[in-house]
Amino acid sequence: MAQAYRANVLVCAGTGCQASGSKETLAALRAEVQRRGLAEEVRVMETGCRGFCAMGPVVTIYPEGIFYCGVHAADAEELVEETLVKGRVVERLAYREPATHASVASYSEIPFYGKQVRIALRNCGVINPESIDEYIARDGYAALAKVVSEMEPQQVIDLAKQAGLRGRGGAGFPAGLKWEFARNARGDKKYVICNADEGDPGAFMDRSILEGDPHSVVEGMLIGAYAIGADEGYVYCRAEYPLAVRNLTHAIEKATEYGFLGNNILGSDFSFMLHLKEGAGAFVCGEETALMASIEGRRGEPRPRPPFPAVSGLWGKPTNINNVETWANVPQVFLNGAEWFRSIGTEKSKGTKVFALTGKVNNTGLIEVPMGITMREIVFDIGGGMLKGKKFKAVQTGGPLGGTLPASLLDTPIDYDSLTAAGATMGSGGMIVVDEDTCMVEFARFFLEFASAESCGKCVPCRVGGQRMLDVVRRITDGEGTPEDLEALPLIAAEMKNASLCALGQLTPSPVLSTLRFFRDEYLAHIEDGRCPTGKCPTITVAPCNSACPAEVDAAAYIALTAQGRYDEALEIHRRTNPFAVVCGRVCYAFCEKHCRRGEVDEPVAIRSIKRFMAESAIAKEWNPPRLDDDRPERVAVVGAGPAGLTAALRLAQFGFKVTVFDALDEPGGMMIAGIPQHRLPQDVLRAEISNVLRAGVDVKCNSVLGRDFSLADLQETGGFDAVILALGTRKKRGLDVPAADALQAMGLNLDEDGRIAVDRAFQTSLPRVFAAGDAVIGHSSVVEAVGQGNRVAAVVNHFLRTGEVKRVRFSVECAIPEAAWNPADYVDAKRAEPAYTTAESAKGRSIRVEDVWDEKTAIEECKRCLRCDLDWQKMMAKRRQEALNEAAL
Amino acid sequence: MPKIGSIEELRALKERAQKDMKVRLGSGTRITVGLGTCGIAAGARETMRAVVDELARREMDATVNTVGCIGMCFNEPLVDIEQAGSPRITYGNVTADRVPRIIEEHLVGGKVIEEWVVGRLDTGGN
Repeated sequence: MAQAYRANVLVCAGTGCQASGSKETLAALRAEVQRRGLAEEVRVMETGCRGFCAMGPVVTIYPEGIFYCGVHAADAEELVEETLVKGRVVERLAYREPATHASVASYSEIPFYGKQVRIALRNCGVINPESIDEYIARDGYAALAKVVSEMEPQQVIDLAKQAGLRGRGGAGFPAGLKWEFARNARGDKKYVICNADEGDPGAFMDRSILEGDPHSVVEGMLIGAYAIGADEGYVYCRAEYPLAVRNLTHAIEKATEYGFLGNNILGSDFSFMLHLKEGAGAFVCGEETALMASIEGRRGEPRPRPPFPAVSGLWGKPTNINNVETWANVPQVFLNGAEWFRSIGTEKSKGTKVFALTGKVNNTGLIEVPMGITMREIVFDIGGGMLKGKKFKAVQTGGPLGGTLPASLLDTPIDYDSLTAAGATMGSGGMIVVDEDTCMVEFARFFLEFASAESCGKCVPCRVGGQRMLDVVRRITDGEGTPEDLEALPLIAAEMKNASLCALGQLTPSPVLSTLRFFRDEYLAHIEDGRCPTGKCPTITVAPCNSACPAEVDAAAYIALTAQGRYDEALEIHRRTNPFAVVCGRVCYAFCEKHCRRGEVDEPVAIRSIKRFMAESAIAKEWNPPRLDDDRPERVAVVGAGPAGLTAALRLAQFGFKVTVFDALDEPGGMMIAGIPQHRLPQDVLRAEISNVLRAGVDVKCNSVLGRDFSLADLQETGGFDAVILALGTRKKRGLDVPAADALQAMGLNLDEDGRIAVDRAFQTSLPRVFAAGDAVIGHSSVVEAVGQGNRVAAVVNHFLRTGEVKRVRFSVECAIPEAAWNPADYVDAKRAEPAYTTAESAKGRSIRVEDVWDEKTAIEECKRCLRCDLDWQKMMAKRRQEALNEAAL
Repeated sequence: MPKIGSIEELRALKERAQKDMKVRLGSGTRITVGLGTCGIAAGARETMRAVVDELARREMDATVNTVGCIGMCFNEPLVDIEQAGSPRITYGNVTADRVPRIIEEHLVGGKVIEEWVVGRLDTGGN
C-alpha cells in the first residue's frame, strides 16, 4: 500500500527549471525535510515542466496548491519552516504576474467589449462548456435552487413579468405573460420547448450559446417548466449545428447525472425531463406551430392560431416556447432579481440583446449590448467602423424577414419598438452591415430569394406571392423593370402580409419594402437607366467601372484600346457618352475607380489618369460629332452652357435637331470655366473640347440672362423653340442662385422643397415643353454627373419631339468589348502607377504642384492591370444564351 | 457522481468546484483554445493540435482547455494563457504556425508577445 503523506512538495525538473538550479533546490528541500524529521509525512518529488520556465525553479505544494517561483537552495529552510511546519505562505516566493502582463489592456478597455453587457453570454468563451463543475462554480444552477426551494410557481411568473423579460426570438412577447398563459391553461400534462432552429443567414447567436454555455439554457428551461407546471421539455435544434447538438447532449447527460434533471429535483416535488430533437434545417420550422409539428414527426408546416401553443401545443397539450437566448437570460434574472434586470435597457425593452454582427465592419462577431444602444455605437465603436474605410450604407437587422436601416437612421436606439417604427425589426439578432459597394436591390433580391425558397408552400399568399415578388425584383436587377413594377411590389407585399398563415409569408416582403423606402433611387437607376451603380447586378454590369460612371462612360473599352495604342478609337468611345474626356481626365471624381474590381485585390486601376493620357494623346485631331438620326425641323433651346447644357445640346444636334444654347457668361463652359481653377483645368484645354461640341451644329448666344434678357415665353412664342431645356446649374448645395430662382418663379415654374427646379422622372418641369437637368435639378455636383444628366434629358426630349410623348427613355449606348490583347496573369503583381507631377502657377501667382499627364509607357502598363471584367461578362452572357438554347432544344 | 439532493449539497459542490479550480489554476498553466464553430472554421482545431504537440515536444505539463465562442470572431482562432490564477492573456489570429513562438516567448520567456495580444480577461479563472 502506498504511503499517505500529509503534504507533497513538487519541484519542477523541466529543462528550464534545471537550468535555473532546480536540482540544487530539490536536494536542499530534501535535506531540510530530513533534518526537521518530516520525511515520514512530507514527500519531496520531481515533476515535469508546468510552463513557468521563466520563473524557475518552481515548487508546488499540495494539497493547498501553493505555488512558488524562483525557489533556490538558499530558500529551502524558510520554505520548510513557514509552509510545512507553520502552514503559512512565503509571500516573497509566491507567484507574481510578470510586469508585461499587467500592461495588456483588459477586455473592458478594448472597444469591442467596452460597450457590451454580457448576461446571456456571460459564460460563453469563459468556461469549458463540457464541464458542469465550471458552470456550477460560476453560480450555475443556483437560480434553480432558489426557485424550487423558495418560490411558488406564481411568484416565478410574477418575477419574470416584473423584470420585463421579453422573448428574444423576434416578436418580443413578454416571457412572464406567456408562461402565465401556459400555467393557467387546463391540462395535467404540459411542455416547455426551446426554439433553437436558428436559420437566418449570418446569424449565430443561439448556436454560440448552445456551444459555449449549454447549461444556462437547461437551467432556464427548468425554471420556466417549474413556473408553468411542465414536467417535460424539448430543445429543437437544427442538425446543421453538430457542435451545439453535441455540447447540449453532453450537458443534458451531466445535468441528469447530477440530478438537475429527473425526479424530485434538489429534493423538491418538481420533476423534469429534457429531450433534444434535431431538425432537418427547414427555415419555417422556426415558426412555433411548424416546429411542434416537426417534433411530433409530422411535416413542418405552420397552422392557423388560435389555438395558441399555450392552450394547445405539442401533442395538443399546453406548451410554452421560448428561444435559446431568452432561456439563457432566465437564470440570471432569478439570480440577480427583477430590479437588477430592469436597471439595464430602456423603458419598454429591458436587459440586453445578443447580435451576430457581420458584413463590412472591422470587428465581426457575437456581441451582447444593453437595449437602447444606438446602431452607430454598434457599427463604429464595437464594430470598429467600416472595412477598408468604405462608406456605411445600411444595416440589415432581423435576418431575411427583417428590414434595412440607412445611414440617416444610425442613431436609432436598438429596442423592439424603435426598430419596428423605423421599418426594421429586432428579429432574433442578425445584423449585417453593408457599405457603398452593395447594391440594395440585389441585397433585397438575395433575402427575398432565400425567404421565398423557404416557403413551406402550404398557403397561397406566401407560396405564390413570394415567387411573384421575386419575378419582379429579378426583372429589375436584369435591367428590364418598369416604373409600374415599383407600384406592384407594395401591392403584392400587402396581400402577403394580410393573408399569409405565418410570419414567414407575412414578412418575406420586408427587405424589399424597406430598401424601396430608403433606396428608391437605386431601384430607379436599374429601371430607368438599366444601370446598377455599384456594379453588382451581373446581367446589366458589363464592367463595374462602366456601371459606376454617372455618364456610363465605357471605361473598360477605352482602357483596352489605350493598352494597344489605339487612342483615337478609345477617345471616340469615350465621346459616345461623354464629350469632355480631357476635362474629366483632369478633374473627374472617378466613381469608376471606387468600384473597380482590381481594387478588391490590391488597388483600383488608375482609370482617370489613363483617361487623361488617352484623351490628350488624341485631342489634337478635330472631332466632328457623328449624326445619329435623320434631320428634324424642330428647334430646341438650351439655357445654360455648362457640362449638362452643352452635352444635351450636343446629343440633340446629333439626333438631328436645331439647337441654340443661351448663357449668361461671355463664353460657354459654365462651372467648368467659372468653378475650376486654371491650374487644374487650363482654358485652352476646355475651349478645345467645347469647340468640338459646337461643331455638331450648336449655336451659342452668350451674355444672355434668363429673366433679364429673355423669358421662357420669348423662347416658346417669339423664338419658336419647340422645347426648352433649363440647365442653369447652381453654386449652392441647396437651392439655386438667387437671381435664377426669382426669375424662374416669376415665370411660373415650380421649385421643389430643396429650392431646385421641380421635375418629374422625365425631367419635365411644371410647365409644358420645358425640361430641366443638371445641377439645377440634382444640386451642386460634378462634371460627369452633369454630363449624365445632359445625355438623359436629351434622350427624353428627342423622344418627345418625335412622338409627342413625355416619357423617361434611356440614353443607352452599347458597350464595346475589345478583344483580349494581353495576358492579365502577367500583371498580377503590378502595382498601381504613381501620378506624375509638374508645377503650375496658382491664381495668386504661387508656384504649386499639380498632376501631370503620364508618359506613354506608364499609361499603357497601367492599362494592363485591368482585369477585363467586360470579357468575363461576355463569356457569361454567351453561356447563358447557350443554356437557353439547350433548354429550348429539350 | 451521486445526485445532488438539496441546496446545501449544491452549495458545497460549488465551493468544492471553485476550490478545485483555484488549486488547479493557482499552480499551473492553462492554455485555452476557443473551439466554437467560428473558431473551428478559422482553424482552431489545427491550433489546438499544435498546442498539444508543442507541449509534448517540450515535455510541458500544462492543462489544455476548450471554450465556446467569446464573440471576437474576427480574431479567431483565439488562444488564452492563464498562469497561476492570474488573468487570461488572449492572443488573436493564432494559426497553428504561431503556437511555437507563443509557448517559447510567453511560457518559457515569460514575456507577452505584444503584437499578437488581444486583451486581458479578468473574469476568468475563478
